[in-house]
Amino acid sequence: MITHIDLGAMLRRTVCELYSDLVTRPTGAAVRTGIEQQLAELAGRTLTVIDFSRVGLLDFSCADEIVAKLLVRCQGWGGDRPHDAYFLLAGIRDLHIEPIEAVLERRALAVVAQPAAGHPDLLGSADGAERVVWAALDQLGRGTGPEIALVAGMAPADAEPTLESLCDRRVIMRDAAEYIALGAVARP
Amino acid sequence: MTTVINLPPSLDDKQFESVFAQLAKAQADARVLLDARHTRWASPLGLTALLTVAQSRHVKPALAVPDADDTVSYWARAGFFRHADALYELHGHVPRARATGDSDVLLEITPVVRSDDVHEVVSRIQERSQAILSKELNLDVRATMGFAMTLSEACQNIVEHAGRGGWVAVQTYTWKQRLGRRVVVIAVCDAGIGFRQSLESGNTARARSDRWDDGMALEEAVIRGVTRFRDPGRGQGLAGIRRYIGRWDGKLSVRSGTARISIVPSWDDDVPLEEGLPQFPGAQMQITIPERVEK
Repeated sequence: MITHIDLGAMLRRTVCELYSDLVTRPTGAAVRTGIEQQLAELAGRTLTVIDFSRVGLLDFSCADEIVAKLLVRCQGWGGDRPHDAYFLLAGIRDLHIEPIEAVLERRALAVVAQPAAGHPDLLGSADGAERVVWAALDQLGRGTGPEIALVAGMAPADAEPTLESLCDRRVIMRDAAEYIALGAVARP
Repeated sequence: MTTVINLPPSLDDKQFESVFAQLAKAQADARVLLDARHTRWASPLGLTALLTVAQSRHVKPALAVPDADDTVSYWARAGFFRHADALYELHGHVPRARATGDSDVLLEITPVVRSDDVHEVVSRIQERSQAILSKELNLDVRATMGFAMTLSEACQNIVEHAGRGGWVAVQTYTWKQRLGRRVVVIAVCDAGIGFRQSLESGNTARARSDRWDDGMALEEAVIRGVTRFRDPGRGQGLAGIRRYIGRWDGKLSVRSGTARISIVPSWDDDVPLEEGLPQFPGAQMQITIPERVEK
């Protein structure tokens, strides 16, 4: 199931109709609460596309409150994960990338971002092998471990643990013997 | 008895130390008159710090405004008297406030109390700054976007940590003396609890150590990103400001209590840490971004 959240509309609904910039922690906390309320109605495996297209500025505090804290809650290892939730950030522009990368790296998190123009990217904290394997799967859309390893130029035995790590970090999905890129799931 | 505090001809962050030194000798409940009659120039930090001086006094102070028409006119255009009128007993001719239209004043002196104020500040700076920063300071679009983000984080320090409202102002001017280039300057001042007390309220390890003082508190907060909160996501605002000034060859200085810490670019000869300064409440932050020149 794919859920689309227009972050600009969420900002205007939860904080102020006149705002288009995501700045300050209280603003970020209010917007995240709005997202969480929407997610609470969902069950099972979901991909939530958080759309930044109608957001102006994003500062570090707001990026931490919205993106990082949402991921901490939904990608956490603890038992309080609300459901099998995946996230993709859409409509990302250059001015959004720096604060998002900074807050994710601080908390050792990663997320898939689909820029307004261009290919999906893996933002945040990821090592070289994770980035290579993630990019190979993104290129394929979906595939088995050996298929992805071939594109990544790695031995299957090396690629498999990395794929599992990316699944745990919720930046790719697993479906039986295949792995699926979030960008492929979100594409119409 | 009224204690007269003489303001220097040039009221910038360095010269303001003479004001702090004079104020430190006067009891907080003593009546003071700040004499600005011979002041000819004031930086955004000078003007916002003047407002915090009034906030720090128990008795409403008096201010003798500058004699020079162009100086007092500029202070009016920067929005100083709009706020000083409530905080000071003003002496001398104060021109009527009017819409600025002055391209040097990117953001008139604006109070920052709640997070809503930060939204207002960010919105206004984006409207005004983009063209000026790109045309006059040769900064590219990434720099102008980062500028608004930096301003937002600097203002949030007041809302999150000061415990009382403060002031922000942004201005461009030519810094002839040191740089010979145009600069854009953000000044954010408050008379709140300051960095040391803010960190003490979080009971951080350093705050319990024997060597704990204002200088160490500034190092912890500005250099190491420590805050009073346990949340590991906190402290990213100042880290973001540091990255921004590093990328655009800027300067950051923060004064709090009796110390002042600076991240000093190659074009400046300031010292990284000054201690033993006259005590003054709150925090005074200045961010300076110079005009970009082709190397």
